[in-house]
Amino acid sequence: MSEHGNWAEWVYIGVVCALLVWVGAEAWNVERLVEHVPADAEVIKVTAQQWFWSFEHEDGTIEIGELHVEKGKAYKFEVTSKDVIHSFNIHDYVVLIDAVPGRINTVWFAPDEVAEHEIQCREYCGLLHYNMRAKLYVEGST
Amino acid sequence: MVLELQKPRPIWQIMFSTHHTDIGLLYLITSLAFFFMGGALALAMRIELFLPGPQIIADSMTFNRMFTVHGTTLIFLFILPFASAVGNYFVPIMVRYKDMAYPKLNAIAFWMIPPAGALIWLGFADFTWYAQPPYSVISSPAPAADMWIFGLKILGVSSVLGAINFVVTILKCKHPDLPLSKMPLMAWSFLSSQLIIIVAIPTFAAALLMLLTDRMGVSGFFDPAVGGDPIAYSHLFWFTFHPEVYVLVIPAIGMMYEIIPRFSRKPIFSHSSGVFAFIMLSLVSFASWAHHMYATGMSFTEKTVFMIGTLAAVPASAMHVFNFLATMWGGRIKFATPMMWSIGGIALFFSAGAGGVVNSAMPLDFITHDSYWVVGHFHLFVMGTIAFGSFGYAYYMFPYVTGRMYNEKLGQVHFIFSFVGAVLVFFTQHVLGLFGMPRRVFDYPPFPEWIAMNQIITFGAFLLAIGAAIWLGNFVYSMGKGKPADMEDPFELGGKYYYPYQSKTPHHVGY
Repeated sequence: MSEHGNWAEWVYIGVVCALLVWVGAEAWNVERLVEHVPADAEVIKVTAQQWFWSFEHEDGTIEIGELHVEKGKAYKFEVTSKDVIHSFNIHDYVVLIDAVPGRINTVWFAPDEVAEHEIQCREYCGLLHYNMRAKLYVEGST
Repeated sequence: MVLELQKPRPIWQIMFSTHHTDIGLLYLITSLAFFFMGGALALAMRIELFLPGPQIIADSMTFNRMFTVHGTTLIFLFILPFASAVGNYFVPIMVRYKDMAYPKLNAIAFWMIPPAGALIWLGFADFTWYAQPPYSVISSPAPAADMWIFGLKILGVSSVLGAINFVVTILKCKHPDLPLSKMPLMAWSFLSSQLIIIVAIPTFAAALLMLLTDRMGVSGFFDPAVGGDPIAYSHLFWFTFHPEVYVLVIPAIGMMYEIIPRFSRKPIFSHSSGVFAFIMLSLVSFASWAHHMYATGMSFTEKTVFMIGTLAAVPASAMHVFNFLATMWGGRIKFATPMMWSIGGIALFFSAGAGGVVNSAMPLDFITHDSYWVVGHFHLFVMGTIAFGSFGYAYYMFPYVTGRMYNEKLGQVHFIFSFVGAVLVFFTQHVLGLFGMPRRVFDYPPFPEWIAMNQIITFGAFLLAIGAAIWLGNFVYSMGKGKPADMEDPFELGGKYYYPYQSKTPHHVGY
């Protein structure tokens, strides 16, 4: 390998490593901010089971297959499952966390627009996995 | 090179042989048969997803069973046996030994594959190739699930036996005049990938046993009701199967290292950087398994550690890409079929790697995880890189195995159909994932963007299928009726200098 220099390869690997460091650092920084749950976030308990979602608000109201929240408030989801592993997903707000039996996983979001969104299951859970959906209604504050 | 099909022999002589090329041939035929079976399932699933609502598949359970068997088949019954086929043919020749180190063990390792394949196909389990508990324990129908578990168990043992054989052949039976550092890069790729198998597979073997006893109701390793943890299974599974990804991809890169210098008519740019990159890849392959599990509720620190471990695999992969491009740079390239597959494979390998960086960056993973993005991402590896490299090598081996040439034009048509098809299918799947479509779904709501993209994907899948059909026809016809290959120079590269393995005194050093 002595006939030719390897400087081009070193430059190339250097550029690749620099890009990776940049991606890693940026990802670390963003994830740190994203995971910081606001102190005043309202808790919504999310329970997954084959094959539907139920939601319990702080005031005890229970909703099945749909979820109503208010624009401009922060919500913290406490997600668990009654049977197999599911994954709680509001794709439009990049809310994604697995619903694991025996564990409570948390994720939060703060809707900023009055709209309807899809809630879906992103982890394979059997027969009706493809249809394990719910609707999210973001409503104006009263 | 031993010619398999020029001197006709009764089939049982090949079946009961322990010679490395005979076993290589058995591996080759088995793996290609399973490729077409698994591919047929993929095509059926794509037709189903062409439009929302049920199309050709009766119910979601059948669909779920199909993608489970599709994945299991193509990973364990196509890619791995195909690499074993190539290794059986070429590794003993490359290290200048008469056979594999343990010929009988070699035959045993092969003959475990057909019964395992039969168990998987006759069972037709539905819990995805990932078999995640609690679903696989409490919800998945017997006996399919148990047959899958036993099938995988047998395949695991077969892999480990084969791996021991390769490692011993390379390290102990290598000709004393051939130093390890001068060994061809394809032999290096087998050494590193087979070492990964030996380290990684036992973990999953343990997980399978735990899964089986959980299913029998005598234990609760993964059952939260009795203090178990389903996430423990994910760790055991991915500790085996993230390194396994490298077991699949490293031999394919090794095959490209055989093809690219020959068809560029130039030595490899840097043999030592290829060796270094193989060793690096096999080491870092063990540092990234939990990047599959960011969404299971891992802590910020865990995620950070596994993100760094994942990104660490990129420079080594980039070194391979650089090595290929620098080898081709200034070469007199002959764009014959094997070379086209290798170049296409490198292009898609680069794209797949770039997508992998996106997946591993923590906040972005929550957009892509378990969506069609991931389906597109890993198919760019398994189809775009590994299968493309393997197909190229299948064309490259063809004259040595059969003594005849395939039809070059049809080989190129196969490549063009497959490359366009792969780009349409897998790139579109990335975008579809960004639009939020989950993977492993039998049906989807009629959002216009989802419908449009699913139709593009199904169209691409048909291109892939047409390519594969052309390939099958080409090989079956050419095997018996193709024009006899010029064994000195089957690819018209300009002399036997380019084909070291068939000369009487193989003197090649990396070339």
